[in-house]
Amino acid sequence: MLAIIRTSLLSLRRDRPALALSFLVPIAFFTIFAVIFGGRKDTTPRINVIVVDEDQSQASQALLKGLAAEGSLRVKMHSDAKKGEQLADYTAATAEAAVKDGDVSTALIVPKGFGADPVSFGPADPSRPKIQMLSDSSDPIAPQMLAGLLQKTAFTSLAPSMAEKGWDSLEASAGGFTPEQRSRVQQSLEAMRKHQNDPNAQAGSGRGGQSGGGMMIAVDSRTITGETKDKPILSFYAAAVGVMFLLFTSTGAAGALLEEAESGTLDRVLSTRITMTRLLTGKLTYNLLLAFTQLTLMFVWAWLVFQVDLPHHLAGFVVMGLSTAFAVASFGMMLASFCHTRAQLASVSTLLVLMMSSIGGSMFPRYLMPAGMQKAGLFTINAWAIDGFQKVFWYDQPVTELWPQVGVLLAIGVVLFVVARRFARRWEAV
Amino acid sequence: MSLSEATAGNGALPLVVDSVEKRFGDLVAVAGVSLELRVGECLGLLGPNGAGKSTLIRSIVGRVKPDAGTIAVLGTPAESAAAREALGWVPQELAIYPRLSCRENLQAFGRYHGITGAKLEDAVVWGLKWASLEDRGNELVRNLSGGMKRRLNMAAGLLHHPKVVLMDEPTVGVDPQSRNHIFDMIGELRQEGAALVYTTHHMEEAERLCDRIAIIDHGKVIAQGSKEELIKSTFGDRTQALARFAGGTEKVTAWVAGQGGRWLDLEAEFTLEHPSEIAKLLESATEEGLALEDLALHRPNLESVFLNLTGRELRD
Repeated sequence: MLAIIRTSLLSLRRDRPALALSFLVPIAFFTIFAVIFGGRKDTTPRINVIVVDEDQSQASQALLKGLAAEGSLRVKMHSDAKKGEQLADYTAATAEAAVKDGDVSTALIVPKGFGADPVSFGPADPSRPKIQMLSDSSDPIAPQMLAGLLQKTAFTSLAPSMAEKGWDSLEASAGGFTPEQRSRVQQSLEAMRKHQNDPNAQAGSGRGGQSGGGMMIAVDSRTITGETKDKPILSFYAAAVGVMFLLFTSTGAAGALLEEAESGTLDRVLSTRITMTRLLTGKLTYNLLLAFTQLTLMFVWAWLVFQVDLPHHLAGFVVMGLSTAFAVASFGMMLASFCHTRAQLASVSTLLVLMMSSIGGSMFPRYLMPAGMQKAGLFTINAWAIDGFQKVFWYDQPVTELWPQVGVLLAIGVVLFVVARRFARRWEAV
Repeated sequence: MSLSEATAGNGALPLVVDSVEKRFGDLVAVAGVSLELRVGECLGLLGPNGAGKSTLIRSIVGRVKPDAGTIAVLGTPAESAAAREALGWVPQELAIYPRLSCRENLQAFGRYHGITGAKLEDAVVWGLKWASLEDRGNELVRNLSGGMKRRLNMAAGLLHHPKVVLMDEPTVGVDPQSRNHIFDMIGELRQEGAALVYTTHHMEEAERLCDRIAIIDHGKVIAQGSKEELIKSTFGDRTQALARFAGGTEKVTAWVAGQGGRWLDLEAEFTLEHPSEIAKLLESATEEGLALEDLALHRPNLESVFLNLTGRELRD
């Protein structure tokens, strides 16, 4: 038995790919997940929220100050200034556009007149100005958190208003404690209890609509993207999973180059009219078409079975699909020309693809990650591809708006192909 | 006529290798080799494994860049497009696609050589017929026998009907029957007028197929000519005797060395100026008390030439 153990250990020691898969990959993954989920005390990611103060009252200013001080929020009052321009305050329209474009997942609009009657106890007066909360349903967590934090901030930031309102409320409902007054207080308490037990009355719950009747701050929560889409996460996962498997497929297909090199077929092909550049270009084109076909099948399946709206986003899908396929095909070619054996390719590609997929958002949405990790994700093909597909399928943006994602993916593809060509020089005449 | 003169003009030789050298680090793989291949000729490169035969062939097909020297194919540099057109290479490895059928393999390599359309189909039909694989055209390569794969490997390199054919040990790992089949294929090629370079470490193959033979060892051509020329230049009219003795080898080997012979594992080899010298040899053995078991006289062969030139057997 010891002899068997010894032989197995010797074999493992000399099989570097197996060693890497056994020890390196788990450690690398543990590190990534530890950084994403365990690298800080507060495991809840900060929410980017645009706040528009149309009221400019003492109460609205106090509320905004409280929100800005809230550690879980990153409050934006101004749109990013372009070169030579001054910072511009968000308006209700620009805030809504920013949510629709996916720049932020939530926005708060404090309406005129809010400061006159900021808080209430018990049933709300329907005519009272309500804070508008706009949200993008592709991020279901942000509006829920924001609604809770808004009420919490009201407690801490609007304490004077609350006391005044409480006194007024008591005076108005108790009024000398006559039997009639007692009855009114009872009725009022009954109404409050009724509202407290009504789940539909909770601020920020559900997919939008009136809320906040039983809360101190009246909030009108409205989903402005994906309101007609039944399953918000599906288009995200179609892209996310699709890109990850494209990377695996592409490296596998490009690995045929190594098989041909090992068998001598590559040598023979290069002794004909085929040059190395033509050979690599041919392989790249094949890998691109393979990846695009794979992606197309994935989205057709998502359309037929899960109602992801492919027919109305065909142009965007083709543009993003081809750009993504080009980038992943080049990635596969680069790895195949870098590695010296099929086994080496298998271990290196597994490590890289899983790392890219976890950081780039193929395994869980990037908005759940810490800010640093979200930025690191921008170095992956996954992040740019997923963002592009989200723009197409979720934000319904036109093809012209895809230029950042398409540009980056094409640039990645070109650079990786040039690197692959350089690595492939070892197969040319020595 | 110098080698460079031979490459000039329309009457250029199929292949001229002039003072080619190639090093891999400290290893000298090819050390100043010069060769000529004449029209319609089969030139054998005979040498043990590691002698530099494959490196030389790979230099001719442009897969290895020589450090020095020149190679011309039909008067054009080996790296030129014209030379690539004129050359057909059958590598030692089975350089074909295992997941494709025989027909698909031939179509692929035909296209790589620039053959298309009806010409491609004709070439594929020729290739399958030449390799005797007509009834296996749709069979996947991985399902073929070793001999069939070898034959397909040959056909894949020659679909474009090259004028100069380079075959690098095409019979490696095949059974005698398949080997004969391959010899027949080579015979057909020669009838069509192709000039061939054939590398091998099998003396019998070189003797059977080649008009001229270049013996290569340690990257150098140590002798070249026809079989008869090589034997004549090495042995003159001398004869060889092989003798086997019973008893301990120590006494026998000492006696063999004393008689100017060579001990080859189980038997002794003597080179005789005349066959009649065998009588003196037998007399001496009897006087020494050696028990002769077997004795044979034969004309020297290529193996003897190689042994004589290098002091080693061909398969060492």
